[in-house]
Amino acid sequence: MSAALLELEDVEARYGPVHVLHGISLAVEEGSIVTVLGPNGAGKTTTLRAISGTVRRAGNIRFGGRSLQRVGPDGAARLGIAHVPEGRGTFSELTVSENLRLGAYTRRGSIQPELERVFSYFPWLSERRRQQAGTLSGGEQQMLALARAFVLRPRLLLLDEPSLGLAPVLVAELFRIIRELNEEEGLTVLVVEQNAHLALQAADAGYVLEAGHVVLSGSSADLMADDSVRRSYLGY
Amino acid sequence: MVTAATSRLEGLRGRAIDPGATTVVLLLLGVAVFLLVGCLQSKNFAQYTIQGIALGSVYGSLALALVLVYRATHVINFAQGELAMFTTYIAYELMLHGFSYWAAFAATLAIAFVLGTVLQVTIIRPVQHRSVIATVIVTVGLFVLIDGVVNWIWGGDLKSMKSPFGNGFFVVGGVAIQHLYVGMVIVVFASAVLVWALFRFTKLGLGMRAAALRPAAASLVGVRVDSMLAIGWGLAAVLGGVAGLMAEPSQFLLTPTFMQPILVYAFAAAVLGGLESPAGALIGGLLIGVMLTLLVGYEPHIGPITITSELQLPFSFVVLLLILLVKPSGLFGRREVRRV
Repeated sequence: MSAALLELEDVEARYGPVHVLHGISLAVEEGSIVTVLGPNGAGKTTTLRAISGTVRRAGNIRFGGRSLQRVGPDGAARLGIAHVPEGRGTFSELTVSENLRLGAYTRRGSIQPELERVFSYFPWLSERRRQQAGTLSGGEQQMLALARAFVLRPRLLLLDEPSLGLAPVLVAELFRIIRELNEEEGLTVLVVEQNAHLALQAADAGYVLEAGHVVLSGSSADLMADDSVRRSYLGY
Repeated sequence: MVTAATSRLEGLRGRAIDPGATTVVLLLLGVAVFLLVGCLQSKNFAQYTIQGIALGSVYGSLALALVLVYRATHVINFAQGELAMFTTYIAYELMLHGFSYWAAFAATLAIAFVLGTVLQVTIIRPVQHRSVIATVIVTVGLFVLIDGVVNWIWGGDLKSMKSPFGNGFFVVGGVAIQHLYVGMVIVVFASAVLVWALFRFTKLGLGMRAAALRPAAASLVGVRVDSMLAIGWGLAAVLGGVAGLMAEPSQFLLTPTFMQPILVYAFAAAVLGGLESPAGALIGGLLIGVMLTLLVGYEPHIGPITITSELQLPFSFVVLLLILLVKPSGLFGRREVRRV
């Protein structure tokens, strides 16, 4: 098996004096969807932040064989890591089209082909490109965030709680699109999700975080069959 | 499907309309009608109004510089006026060395840009993340520093530059309009339009707006936030430079303190405009300029009291105070539309 696209080895992170990650290790294979599960405060969001460099971290993070140790968030974006943060990171004061152009900020030349491609997944965005992003509904904003990350043509997409505050029908739609992007374009995704059922269905593999440690990992099928995962996260 | 699910929100599409916007538009229309009627009634009134518009555009230009910095870093740059004064001295020096007015003008604005950028990187950036108050204190320090340096290099005596627009005037309906006033308005508005176009139509401008609105989210899409803020300071210094260069030939002779009253008027203009609104800063500048000029020029006698130019500064403070008390968000204060 070739080296994974993203590898975390013994990564620690803290906010001021508060240690959040106590040496976690995980790997994301190119072309796969990997999910991170765990209770609130386990360090799921911080894991994504450590990867994109929005929190101080120690330990080894390698992306495509390259160390991310000294790479900040804008550098991570330039390397092809698109991080959709919790709360979506939408520029609500800007228009839909400006949000999409920002997604492709690190790309040179015309982004028209990227926009066409994104509009083929999200046809309604095309009609609303002049609308202020803040006037979109929560679900629409989440789709916009995904579209914005996607115009970058990222090598790795980091998604933080994409289902938060969305109606079930939209959550299903969202995961369908993520799955489609993965199957048709080979997009690699690392997704943090409360809805373990949906996440494990979409993902190839998963990690369970508790109090800053990886307590369990494996293929989605294995995790779904695991008794503790079933009790704690799947609810049956 | 998304399209089906979201079509229920069809009724909520489009930009939300700010209920206060209509009031503001009516108010401004009222002012415009008042000024127009005044100008038609009295040549004297028209004369002062025109002068007020020209001076107001200068205040607006400096106010715009304050707004750019405020939007980017949420601090008021108290040294903005002194920075403009410094760059005006540079233009003066260049002309002494044989530069033509417009060559000196262009070179000065380029120097202003570099100066603004370098100042942000060297003295603002290190304190910016600590606290707003620390940053403000640094700008006050910068004010004193520039003042000292200029006095040391050029001394405190009056200097003057030749007017870039000559001493001619147009006569329109019996009212003399100096070329200078027309020139000032054109130069200020042309620079404002250029800056607006930069923000509105270029990728750099988009990155700057993103960095100012949401620094964290902007860096996640690859925007170099620190560079954007530095460029923002550079652009503010350019607009301040325009204000200094246009103020000098009109009314204010070149001294180390000549931008200080203008800074106060620019504060009033920026606050009147809403502090976050570039268009508001320009309109605020025009309003303040016309108000102050008419106040001391047109009908300076209220009963036994004669209003002289000494009262312009206190008056602009009263305006500032009234806005802060009555409508702190100003005429065009940003009301964010956000639905989660």
